[in-house]
Amino acid sequence: MEKILPLSELPTGQWGRVISLNARGMIRYRLLDLGLVPDTTVQAVRRGPLGDPIVYRIRGALIALRREEAGQVLVTPL
Amino acid sequence: MPQATDLRKMFNIQPDPEAALVALAGNPNTGKSTIFNALTGLRQHTGNWPGKTVLQARGTFIFRGHKYILVDLPGTYSLLANSAEEIVARNFLCFARPDATVVVADATCLERNLNLVLQVMEITSRVIVCVNLMDEARRKNIFIDTECLARELGVPVVATAARSGQGVAELKAGIDDLVRGRIVPTPRRLVYDPEIEDALTRVEQQIPGEIKELFNARWLAMRILDNDRSTLDNIRQYLEPAEWGVLRERFKYCPT
Ligand SMILES: Nc1nc2c(ncn2[C@@H]2O[C@H](COP(=O)(O)OP(=O)(O)O)[C@@H](O)[C@H]2O)c(=O)[nH]1
Ligand SMILES: [Mg+2]
Repeated sequence: MEKILPLSELPTGQWGRVISLNARGMIRYRLLDLGLVPDTTVQAVRRGPLGDPIVYRIRGALIALRREEAGQVLVTPL
Repeated sequence: MPQATDLRKMFNIQPDPEAALVALAGNPNTGKSTIFNALTGLRQHTGNWPGKTVLQARGTFIFRGHKYILVDLPGTYSLLANSAEEIVARNFLCFARPDATVVVADATCLERNLNLVLQVMEITSRVIVCVNLMDEARRKNIFIDTECLARELGVPVVATAARSGQGVAELKAGIDDLVRGRIVPTPRRLVYDPEIEDALTRVEQQIPGEIKELFNARWLAMRILDNDRSTLDNIRQYLEPAEWGVLRERFKYCPT
């Protein structure tokens, strides 16, 4: 079994592959629009002072997500 | 359903039977305004979108003796997330029903731009993709196979470097060909999982004929299936009360 964890728990520096999204409604649209569709690879780049927001590398762009948003994306570490 | 020309008035577009209406869509910073200026020169007006604090730029140009009204839509990454900009852009495409829509994409990060291209293609088939910033892409050793892209998308693709005016004449010709029916795009349709396609077909069959005739029924069915309340509440102002009533009754839809 692959290990699956919320994107918010992906250690800094580590890459992961998107498995699925738990979000619904507007947050789901926002995450999809950022390119977080299944099979997308994403890297946790750095964390804010209180661990929130977290900056991710998604399809060549650096994007800050709130911990709450990132928590609704499930990834498997690569 | 009101006529498209009446609906266009709701977006500050004065009816002009001689002129074709062209929308410019695109992600922010793709060079939309630069292209707008290159196409319209000094023949432009700015104001606000009705009821919004979002800037609206309109302009005209003449090509091969035909008049075109060009509208610069707000830059957005999506048409579904319901910011003021996205609502304006989406409503314009759905209800002003432009005769052609140019989606401006950034050649240096094309992938990121294709989300919007596909979303526009779900609303209208009269789409032309303008891959701009080709000079920047070349500097970064990015090569774009525009012919392949056009084949994959099923819509015309024009490459431009708008700041130096490169490709702008081809873009005008492409818009003219599209509006005059010399090119008929066949946008690649996104096919969803079988259960979703089944449900879409069933919802689409329930949409009243008058609405289907003038409005993209598949797109509306997707929003209904999504239970996308803010979009549905928002499109209400463009439907006749009776049409809205039918939709509401059929789908047991309760506005928020
Ligand atoms: N190198 C280059 N720069 C461009 C091109 N098109 C636009 N720009 C520049 O990109 C920036 C953003 O352009 P703008 O038209 O305001 O983008 P908009 O946000 O999409 O309206 C401006 O500095 C333009 O001068 C192009 O084809 N090549
Ligand atoms: Mg602009």
